[in-house]
Amino acid sequence: MPVLLTVTTTARDTGPTPGPATDLGYLLHKHPERVQQFTQSFGTATVFYPEADDARCTAAVLLEIDPVRLARTRGRDSPDFSLGQYVNDRPYAASSLLGVAVADVFSTARAGRCAARQELADHPIPLEIRIPVLPCRGGPDIAHRLFEPLGWSVTALPVPLDPAFPEWGDSRYVDLTITGHLRLADALGQLHVLLPVLDEAKHYWQGTDEIDKLLRSGGDWLTTHPERELVARRYLARTTLTRAALARLAELDDGLEEGRDTGPDDVPAEVADPRRVPLAALRRDAVVRALLDVGAESVIDLGCGGGALLRALVGEHRFTRIAGVDVSSRSLEQAARVLRLESMSERQAERVTLFQGALTYEDQRLGGYDAAVLMEVVEHVDPSRLAALEHVVLGAAAPASVVVTTPNAEYNVRYEELTGMRHPDHRFEWTRAEFAAWCDRVAGAHGYTVELRGIGEPDETLGAPTQMGVFTRG
Amino acid sequence: MPETGLVLLVGISGSGKSTFAARHFLPTQVVSSDVCRGLVADDPNDQAATPDAFAVLDFIVATRLRRGLLTVVDATNVQKAARAQLVRLAKDHDVLVDAVVLDVPEAEAVRRNAARPDRTFGSHVVTRQHRDLRRSLKGLRREGFRRVHVLDGVEEIESVSIGRERSWNDRRDHTGPFDVIGDVHGCAGELRTLLTTLGYAVRDDGAHHPDGRTAVFVGDLVDRGPDTPGVLRLVMGMVAAGDALCVAGNHEAKLVRALKGADVQVTHGLKESLEQLAAEPAELRAAAQQFMDGLISHYVLDDGRLVVAHAGLKEAYHGRSSARVRSFALYGDTTGETDELGLPVRYPWAQEYRGSAAVVHGHTPVPRAEWVNNTICLDTGVVFGGALTALRYPERELVAVPAEREWYAPVRPVAAEGAAVAGAPRVPGTLRLDDVVGTRWLESTHAGRVKVPEENAAAALEVMSRFAVDPRWLVYLPPTMAPAPTSEVEGYLEHPSEAFAAYARAGVTHVVCEEKHMGSRAIAVVCRDAAVAAGRFGLDDGTSGAVYTRTGRPFFSDRTQHEALVARVRDAVALLFDELDTDWVALDGELLPWSAKALGLIRDQYASVGAAARTALPVAGDLLAAATARGLDDTMTARLAELAGRTSRRLDHARAFRDAYARYCEPDAGHPLAPVERVRFAPFQVLAAEGRTLALEQPHAWHLDVLGRLVGAAGAFLTPTRSIAVDLASDTDRDAATRWWLDLTDARGAGGEGMVVKPAAVPGPDDRRVQPGLKVRGREYLRIIYGPDYTDALDVLRQRNLGRKQSLALREHGLGVDALAAFVAGEPLWRVHQLAFAVLALESEPVDPRL
Repeated sequence: MPVLLTVTTTARDTGPTPGPATDLGYLLHKHPERVQQFTQSFGTATVFYPEADDARCTAAVLLEIDPVRLARTRGRDSPDFSLGQYVNDRPYAASSLLGVAVADVFSTARAGRCAARQELADHPIPLEIRIPVLPCRGGPDIAHRLFEPLGWSVTALPVPLDPAFPEWGDSRYVDLTITGHLRLADALGQLHVLLPVLDEAKHYWQGTDEIDKLLRSGGDWLTTHPERELVARRYLARTTLTRAALARLAELDDGLEEGRDTGPDDVPAEVADPRRVPLAALRRDAVVRALLDVGAESVIDLGCGGGALLRALVGEHRFTRIAGVDVSSRSLEQAARVLRLESMSERQAERVTLFQGALTYEDQRLGGYDAAVLMEVVEHVDPSRLAALEHVVLGAAAPASVVVTTPNAEYNVRYEELTGMRHPDHRFEWTRAEFAAWCDRVAGAHGYTVELRGIGEPDETLGAPTQMGVFTRG
Repeated sequence: MPETGLVLLVGISGSGKSTFAARHFLPTQVVSSDVCRGLVADDPNDQAATPDAFAVLDFIVATRLRRGLLTVVDATNVQKAARAQLVRLAKDHDVLVDAVVLDVPEAEAVRRNAARPDRTFGSHVVTRQHRDLRRSLKGLRREGFRRVHVLDGVEEIESVSIGRERSWNDRRDHTGPFDVIGDVHGCAGELRTLLTTLGYAVRDDGAHHPDGRTAVFVGDLVDRGPDTPGVLRLVMGMVAAGDALCVAGNHEAKLVRALKGADVQVTHGLKESLEQLAAEPAELRAAAQQFMDGLISHYVLDDGRLVVAHAGLKEAYHGRSSARVRSFALYGDTTGETDELGLPVRYPWAQEYRGSAAVVHGHTPVPRAEWVNNTICLDTGVVFGGALTALRYPERELVAVPAEREWYAPVRPVAAEGAAVAGAPRVPGTLRLDDVVGTRWLESTHAGRVKVPEENAAAALEVMSRFAVDPRWLVYLPPTMAPAPTSEVEGYLEHPSEAFAAYARAGVTHVVCEEKHMGSRAIAVVCRDAAVAAGRFGLDDGTSGAVYTRTGRPFFSDRTQHEALVARVRDAVALLFDELDTDWVALDGELLPWSAKALGLIRDQYASVGAAARTALPVAGDLLAAATARGLDDTMTARLAELAGRTSRRLDHARAFRDAYARYCEPDAGHPLAPVERVRFAPFQVLAAEGRTLALEQPHAWHLDVLGRLVGAAGAFLTPTRSIAVDLASDTDRDAATRWWLDLTDARGAGGEGMVVKPAAVPGPDDRRVQPGLKVRGREYLRIIYGPDYTDALDVLRQRNLGRKQSLALREHGLGVDALAAFVAGEPLWRVHQLAFAVLALESEPVDPRL
């Protein structure tokens, strides 16, 4: 039931506005001797004072949320129509709902007005704010990073998930206490913006307008905040209908929806060294060069992901027809955005086609291109399904050329922090000998010849980080 | 006139074509140029719109012909070019085309037009049309029409009656049973042995089956073998007596040409036939020539469910008539190339076959007859020393007799014949994307017509192709299950009494209540060994089974772990292989504990809620206590007291919630055994085994009995599924089952999830609307589903709507058992996959997930 926030101040003996702690009552526009209730669309907020004397005064906001009612206010086709909508932590954990309630209940204070004692509102006062259950993705560290630059000293204690299962570790909550000397209006404004940022839950009920509004309300402190990019990024959680359908399927398995692997560009191990050209860029260049070498004019990128390679292909005028295929509709949406497909001229847009497909299913649409690219794709396919992919691409679609890239497993020892494979979704990673054997077998079976190359700076004994095979028919 | 195909009405404006069409054909069968003109121009007489109008007309005609519908074109068709376009459409769709000429005097037509205000064109138009028609009449018969019917004058047009004749290849009325017999090639001895084995009483010039079965020969009776005349005599006698049907093979076609004196190359065993026939009486030669010349290229039998053609036939050609259909049926889908041995390269049409009719053929010698996408080749090379094979239909049993000797040396070894097929070698695991994506309607035996919307198929494709086990293992996906109707019993949202009442209303008299395990649903498909997996499932990667989730994922992504789990299941159920006389078995069950698979979800969702509540509520309690201790006025103190009471009750709920999920979790850290060694399996149904869709054949009591006996033998790995039988007419039974459920789900006791109530008897064909099971979940378990405080909101929650869930459960169940039955029946992979895929797609539909 209760989401909880307390605001405490202490007596000010010196400074521009000396006075007792109970001045908090004036500032908040809530009488310390009263227990007041405010109805919100999703529950009831109660304001009361567990302590109120001259030395120390605490106001508590207790927000009671009714999850059943909360769920019913949203339609059946709401994007997050999943079980999480009913069994969730909203009734207990501070979130944007608390932000909304606080903004409403303390609207006068947040606006920096105090009819009786305006000077109180205009000046910093000693403040201690506690949120016993604050969803804080990234742990206490994030709380420190977000609040300390604003002048707070931060105590963030992790909350364990379940004491009976210590191996489960900590929950995503921290018990947060921040203390500092700030204007109350500033403190409330910061909380209003940062609560949802810390939470990073799906902000399904927020339209783009609302996000803009919220970011604007951050005002000056946000534009100069060293973590402003983190703040902005965490707002950009979007959902689509297909994603909602995927989430439902994940739930059937008692699992969580897995974010689409965003492709090799996100592999942490590979971007470890900022002094070098990222491997992903080298790989794109190498693939484009290989496609130009074989004289391809039409190219199909199989497993195009977010469209990084497609963008490079579109920039090369030799390619008159370009297609991107991916099994993830979310990736295709992303690719369409990356390519700015909607604002392309008709003539330009005619060059590019994007469609959903799966490489283990025969598909006529995959045929009719000079070259096909499988860039960092084969390692995402289960070994038992590779034969189907080989048949679909080299047997059925059978373009004149096929460019395949895949990690060189031998090189992995060079990535110090890497344990296991380069991406959690990789089903295997090949050594150079394994890749060469596969290329030879597949080329032979389907009437291709193959040439092997390395991509990225090679290690003398381990070879290059990425390996590439260029298949040519006949 | 033909029953299907194209009919052109030919006549000048005012000759009464539309009236004639309306009298003899359905309105939907008639496509009128005037109507099309109206469709594109809002004016049926706007001559400027004629090219567009005919584009629309052609499109409609082409679509109808592709779909196999009789189509009548109501246009003047007096010009040769206009007719040629329509004749070409008919040829493109391999259908016959007739012309009906309505020849009325010009004056009569002019008179009729004058009476119609919308016909504003002058009489010169009619005059020109009449001239065109007269010019056309002479050559009309040479324009590609099967028949031209000229109706001379008003009287004949008014009085004519139209009969319909089906095409020669249409024998849908003949429902068999059949014995389809492969290429004989003059092997008369083997043919007699085969017919005898099949139960025919065989004579020299005929054979008759006492049960009235009909033999169907796939052609190539002749050439190469020792006694072509003997084979012909026998088969001709059978066909004449109605004991057999026979389609033409390429060898008959060539032999006929040779007999007619055409200059043909005497190769591929033609010489033997010619020599043998030369030694026979002239009457036999004449009769044989006439017989072979009259053979048609293919038959459509048994209401369209069986097609027999010598070299097979793609679906678009079934029941069609044209030179290229005949060519396909006789020679196959040739590419025009020849291989290094001079034999024609054939395109593997069967790989792409998706038709519902079984296509039985011969022509290409194969080592043994095998079904490929509902097609089968029966040419097992008897003349080359192989065997003569027959297919019993509808039983789908193969019967073969070995060759008495090698009668003729093959150009290449028969075993290598498959290599003559063009393109890649057969890749059994390959499916086509258009088998599954896009919005589609599936005809399901057990669920009726089921729609799979495009966006759900798209989501399923992603999950299926990225995460699911090999599709060859996915012979089934479990359906969702509806809860019992909402209960009004105080404190309960679900209660056994509602499940009993619902089944009683549906006419069910006896039910079985099965304990519902709280784990993760698991389908286990296990073979005796990898060789069975290769032979029956077509998997040659060394695996011998799979255990997968509701969305088809392997339970352990690590291959070693996954195989270890398969091995554990196999060891535990090994007794079933002998008991059910099978080499593989598919089981439905639950994998325990819940935390084995769901740990991520438990931590992220359930334990998080627990942690938040456990932390927030006591702090709130303390603050409220502190505020109360301040001694505010009575009103304020009362408010605080109310709030404190609520907070305290909710803390109780939160603890109950925490206990509810924790009950299904087992500590993981530092455990000496790998996860796969710690899981347990609770099977509750034997879905299928070789030749048997047990889920459809056996009552639940049988399944529980068979599996219960395994539990004792298998040690700790198998967990029993407890159950109780209920006679719905007996209050005692109902009460006992209710008490059983209360004990099962009690928070202080077992704290089980609940139970599933299922009809005791195997459902009959009329029980399609009866839910296969209704779940009744325990009061405490439902806290996990509806939230810790759900017991305070029962009034709201009771308004839940079960309709969609119930409908979904029926559809998914039907598709699931269809998939199983299809696999058991040996239907092609794509068909099984389409059905299992549809279950997954439907699972992504937005239905209240709490149900």
